Amino acid sequence: MSAPSASPAAAAKAPAAPEARASRGPLFVAAVIFALLAAIPLVSEVWGGAWLTSLAVRAMILAIVAISLDLLMGHGGLVSFGHSAFVAIGAYTCGIMITEGTYEMALILPTAIAIAATFALLSGAICLRTSGVSFIMITLAFGQMVYFALGSLAQYGGDDGLTLWSGPDLFGTRVLGSEMGVYISVFLLLLGTWALVHRLVYSRFGRVLRAARQNPTRVASMGYSVLRYRLVAYVIAGVLAAIAGVLWATHASFVSPSLGAWQRSGDLIVMVVLGGMATRNGALVGALFFILIEETLSAITHDWRLIFGPLLILIALYARGGLVGLLDRVRGPQ
Amino acid sequence: MSTTLILIQVLNGLQLGVILFLIAAGLTLVFGVMGFINLAHGVQYMLGAYLAVFLYGLTGSFLAALVLAIPLALVLGLILEFLVFRHLYDRDHLSQVLATFGVILFLNQLVKVIFGPIPLTVPPPAFLDFSFTLVDGLLYPAYRVALIVAGLAVALGLWLVITRTRVGMLIRAGATNPDMVSALGVNVRQLFLIVFGFGAMLAGFAGVMAAPIFSVEPGMGDNLLIVAFVVIIIGGAGSIRGAFVAALLVGLVDTLGRTLVTDGLRLIMDASSANQIGPAIASMLIYVLMALVLFWRPEGLFAPKVTR
Amino acid sequence: MKKLCSTLAAGVMGLGTAASAEVEVGMIVTLSGPPAALGQQAVDGFQLALDKLGGTLGGEPATLIVEDDELKPEVALSKAEGLVQEEVDFVVGTIFSNMLQAAFKPVVESETFLISPNAGPSTFAGRNCNPYFFVTSYQNNQNAEVMGAHAQAAGFQKVFMIAPNYQAGRDNLEGFKMHFEGEIVDEVYVPLGHQDYSAEIARIATSDADAVFAFTPGGMGVRFVRQFRDSGLADKIQFMSVFTTDETTLPAQKEAAQGFIAAGNWAPDAENEASQAFVAAFEEKYGYVPGGYAMQAYDAAMLIDSAVAAVGGDLSDKDAVRAALKAADFTSLRGDFTFNNNHYPMQDFFQLSVVEREDGNWATSMGELVFENYGDSFASECSM
Repeated sequence: MSAPSASPAAAAKAPAAPEARASRGPLFVAAVIFALLAAIPLVSEVWGGAWLTSLAVRAMILAIVAISLDLLMGHGGLVSFGHSAFVAIGAYTCGIMITEGTYEMALILPTAIAIAATFALLSGAICLRTSGVSFIMITLAFGQMVYFALGSLAQYGGDDGLTLWSGPDLFGTRVLGSEMGVYISVFLLLLGTWALVHRLVYSRFGRVLRAARQNPTRVASMGYSVLRYRLVAYVIAGVLAAIAGVLWATHASFVSPSLGAWQRSGDLIVMVVLGGMATRNGALVGALFFILIEETLSAITHDWRLIFGPLLILIALYARGGLVGLLDRVRGPQ
Repeated sequence: MSTTLILIQVLNGLQLGVILFLIAAGLTLVFGVMGFINLAHGVQYMLGAYLAVFLYGLTGSFLAALVLAIPLALVLGLILEFLVFRHLYDRDHLSQVLATFGVILFLNQLVKVIFGPIPLTVPPPAFLDFSFTLVDGLLYPAYRVALIVAGLAVALGLWLVITRTRVGMLIRAGATNPDMVSALGVNVRQLFLIVFGFGAMLAGFAGVMAAPIFSVEPGMGDNLLIVAFVVIIIGGAGSIRGAFVAALLVGLVDTLGRTLVTDGLRLIMDASSANQIGPAIASMLIYVLMALVLFWRPEGLFAPKVTR
Repeated sequence: MKKLCSTLAAGVMGLGTAASAEVEVGMIVTLSGPPAALGQQAVDGFQLALDKLGGTLGGEPATLIVEDDELKPEVALSKAEGLVQEEVDFVVGTIFSNMLQAAFKPVVESETFLISPNAGPSTFAGRNCNPYFFVTSYQNNQNAEVMGAHAQAAGFQKVFMIAPNYQAGRDNLEGFKMHFEGEIVDEVYVPLGHQDYSAEIARIATSDADAVFAFTPGGMGVRFVRQFRDSGLADKIQFMSVFTTDETTLPAQKEAAQGFIAAGNWAPDAENEASQAFVAAFEEKYGYVPGGYAMQAYDAAMLIDSAVAAVGGDLSDKDAVRAALKAADFTSLRGDFTFNNNHYPMQDFFQLSVVEREDGNWATSMGELVFENYGDSFASECSM
């Protein structure tokens, strides 16, 4: 039992491999979720207004990060406890560039991607020499380094964070200045991330990644470089999280080092496990559910964690495969 | 920076190390032997501290509070084991993370509801209410000496139990090859219960001992939990010896780092930049240390050789 | 979600549109984690004012919605947007500056008045001052500036400074230096939430400082003060601090903080009638000693009360409401109270000291006046 989670034993206990559930059911669930998300701006005209759209934007941004983390965790067996650092890197790239007078998203986004990819490449090359719990802790170490480094940027607000007095432009237009512009961008990027990650997962790349989770030795003996495949996955996940960070900065007009705190990385892991790892919609459902339940419960009582805590425990105990697994069981075998 | 100051800081570093060891010892046993990621270990430490506050309020005596708190911490730990943890032993690590995360949220909020958000404290026992003089004008409270002695005693006691007793033998065997232990007819459930109970008592003991020098507040275990994980990962999961060495190492690196990094930087840059960068680097040091150790020895410094 | 709840409630209770004249106040404070005590003081202070006014503000029936920012910027932002959506008339918040930075934009851009009962960052005091933003506390650095001035006047020569490594920590140490002309023997930054100060205390002991200036709020202050006392240094080195020995930490520090001094705009023993009535009523209702956080929230309620009354309940004319707020025509628990051009207070500042009251509770006590009608140094950059 001391085996790290990447071991065959633990992997075998993980939810059923995605191939097994490549039925139309998950696609239907995804279609419903995206339809609901697309309907939110209309709903907000009647009820909830800017608060509702803003909440949905926050949930969707988190969903992008959670989906990218699931690529590592669920499919790669690589539980990163420093994933929120990439969000912070993306957000700060956006925040610092705007503060320094570069407002063009067409410049900001590639810069954020380049910085995140470089950081992922360098830290990944080190982190991926380990696996299992060691990997969890070494990614935590890099995450903490980013967190403390950002907090020491006194000229950009230090620990208090940085307010962006005006948002970025998109090809010289103020599209991203409007709520709807942000909403549509985030929605499309979430859809894109969701599609991209699943495209990847069902490709040869994804199969090698999953096979390496279950038996790295065999994959290596087949002539694949396990490290290289994992590194590519690590960079892709990092870049996606950084894009989410840029979106967060655009949406909130505010960035702070706490975006990269270890608690946030922990929340992300919880979201992915909550939803159901390595499933088509698990990370998406987990992130949306997390935000929805937090918002609902905290409206009822300030001591909402007294309810949320036991709820998580119950889900961990009785809903193997997370919410998506629960959903599958409710719908029954097809 | 005088030699005296450096010596005092080494002492302080060792002292921090002993406190970290008290928290990490239970965690490394539970993690190493049972392969169980108990994120709730930090809140069990917090419960120990709150028990100290509560029992001190009842009895008016720190020693009575200490004596009563440990069995109560055990009871609370066993309740948690019965309600939550025992259903998770054969599950993957991430289900354990999810469930114990839920336990953290619940218990942190619960103590806030019961005891309020204000930081609380407990005075040290009267017979330890004196001090030694370290250097002219700087006193070293006797309670801190007692804390160090207690930490060392726990380390020694654990070492004896693990190397000299049958339970210890099973624990070592369990950490190395759980399947074999089970196949040999040992009641693994019972072994787990013993180990977990041990872990709960150690966490509670650490909490009670920390209460007189730190402040007792909701969430007080959260950040320490992360540092305790750093300690057991550096030391090698499941190794008491590793946890002890790593705790002292982390204590020393952190304490000396906070003293030396900023001073060192002041030699090569102006004071305000040094004040800017120094504390950030000092905060990173233990993580850099962990990353280096993991890079060279992914299993940690003293990991039991795992066979499967 | 709140909207849904209140809509449902209104529907169930059969309330019609008659409630339109109501004054709605949304409050965003920190009620989670270790600093929750500060937020609780603010909520209790505001609620006490509402009680005193019979549940009205400016003669109109008032409702108060309390939100917890959880000390997470994104939650603060979301709560702020929720309150704006709710179309509350005033937002009162926050306790911490980084929460204020997150909540600021949506509130002021919706032309809703934002009144801070505690956080007073320099960010919004100078160039970025805002017509919709008022502060009933202070500019963050001011207490430290006052402490520095007192240290200078009291003749301290060498001061050792310590603060957590974040922006407010740096600002406070800078603030202390403003009026202090003696030597700063060392400046030490510890991690936020620091537990064991042995290393720092050893440095203080081996420096030749005659005083320590600390900014270690909340639990950090409890630990530092007690460990400082245990080290025996308290007898030969004067302990000066801000936000370190206040009514939220003294219940745990008790005699460890005996003789320590601080600086601030108020203490529970302030000698004016309104303040004494407030403290008595507060302790009666909540069973603990109110600190500055409660006092400033109480004043925020009284400020809103005065403004609503001045415009006769018509909150649609924003300029009129702003003028009424700016007039600050209410009885502050601090005595005279006026706003500077940047809507931060101009007020008297005092040296405070820690005392044990006759009932055995520990509290701060008013000492000598250090600055009279003191404004902050950023106001000149504000173009309002």
